[in-house]
Order: sequence, then C-alpha cells, then structure tokens
Amino acid sequence: MSKTLAAQTVSRRQFVITVAAGSAAAAALSLAAPSAVFATEDAKTLDEAIKHVVGDKELMDGASVITLELPQIAENGNTVPLGISIDSPMTEADHVTSVHLFAAGNPRPDVASFNFSPSNGYAEAATRMRLAKTQDIIAIAEMSDGKAYMTRAEVKVTIGGCGG
Amino acid sequence: MAQPKPRVRVPKKADKGEVIEIKTLISHPMESGQRKDRKTGELIPRKIINKFACVYNGNEVFSADLHPAISANPYFSFFVKVEESGEFEFTWVDDDGSVYSQVSKITVS
Repeated sequence: MSKTLAAQTVSRRQFVITVAAGSAAAAALSLAAPSAVFATEDAKTLDEAIKHVVGDKELMDGASVITLELPQIAENGNTVPLGISIDSPMTEADHVTSVHLFAAGNPRPDVASFNFSPSNGYAEAATRMRLAKTQDIIAIAEMSDGKAYMTRAEVKVTIGGCGG
Repeated sequence: MAQPKPRVRVPKKADKGEVIEIKTLISHPMESGQRKDRKTGELIPRKIINKFACVYNGNEVFSADLHPAISANPYFSFFVKVEESGEFEFTWVDDDGSVYSQVSKITVS
C-alpha cells in the first residue's frame, strides 16, 4: 500500500519522464550487452590462442580422430568434466605429442595443453574445467608425424563459472 | 591458505606391459585473476598451478600446461604403460614458484 501512495505523490509528468529514461537506459544496455559478449568471443583471441600453440600449421578435421567426452549440459560451470581420447597406436613412430584445449567463449580461451609420450599406452586424459557460459570446446591434437587435427563440441552451461 | 595437498592413485602392482590408469588431484584454489573481492572491488591476483608433470623412472611420461580455466583442486587422469618396477614422481608448479611433489612406487612383475 505504501508503495502506491509514494507513487501517487510523484507527479504524472515526472513519472513518465523517469520511466522513459529508465527504459531508454535498459534499451542501451541490451544493445551494449551483445557487443560486450562478442568482444570476449572475438575470433581473434581464440585464433591468437591457437596460433600461439600451433603456429601456422594446417589443421585437419579431427572429428574421426579426437573424441571429446563432455556433458551436453553442465549445471555448474565451475567444474565441467572433460575427457579426451585420440585414435592413435601410441608407438615410438606414431603417437600423439600434445593436445591443446580451448574454450571459445571464456574471457581467456586457453584451457590446458597435455603433453603425451609413447609410454602413455593410450592417448587419453581427463580433467575438470571452468566455463563462463554455453560455448564450443575446441581440441587440437598434434601428432609425431607433424600433422595436427582439430575438433569441437558444444557444452550448454546453466551457471557460469567465472563470476566473483 | 592451507598448504596444497597432493593426492595420487597409482596401482601398487601391475603386469609387465600393462597400461595403468593414474589419477591425481591437488587441493588448490586456482584463483583465476578475474574475480573481484566482493568488499573492496579489487581484482584478486591470479594464483594457479601452471604446470603438472609425471616422471616415471626419470622419464617424463605426461605433463600439462594449465591456464585459469582449469577448475579449483585440479584433477587429472591419464594412462602409463609400465615395463619395469619403479617410481612415479608427480610435481605441481605454483604461480608463486612453489613446487609440490609426491612419489608413488609400483611393482611390475
């Protein structure tokens, strides 16, 4: 009740002005928000991160080589389980040397790099990562013959894991 | 902050040529450097484990370079093909230069 009384004491003209200004600000925010989102999703940052680890190497489609084990929906972005396995015999002559992981929509796309050796037996590893929001996870596997494969998978995140 | 405590699971025995699974975990906040202190509004400085390595009888068999996107209490699992008895040494390198390590023995027959 007291709320409606307070509203009545504000003149009609003032009320209209305040509401208009408020909605204009809200509109400006909603316009600004997507561009801010795009800034973090900037392909350049992801490209830079990828370039930093693999240089100008040609990246072949790795959908049949790399398996990413990820939840389709992650309820908590603070700990998202992630498993990778790569189809490789892991011998001295033919093995995976390293796997680089990126989260395209995180403020910093770098996640981790795993360095394998032939004595691993299987080219498999698992960890847990933070995801700020729904986004693509990118994995790049570098082989001992110099080839590099890339694949990606999407994870839907309910609660982001980068807040504070 | 409590001293980070490493925890490692390595089988005690294995057959020669067997591929064993190793699981490791270390208690560490992995402060990303992007969070703000709720009271002062200042950024909390980054403090993470930036490198993990597993050395088997003197040879590095697995290592990882980590970034702030790795969750608190970083966990890893990976595989190693064991040919001889010996020691696994695990090391975690902190941003402040501290090194935490743990040694596990394995008997291979």
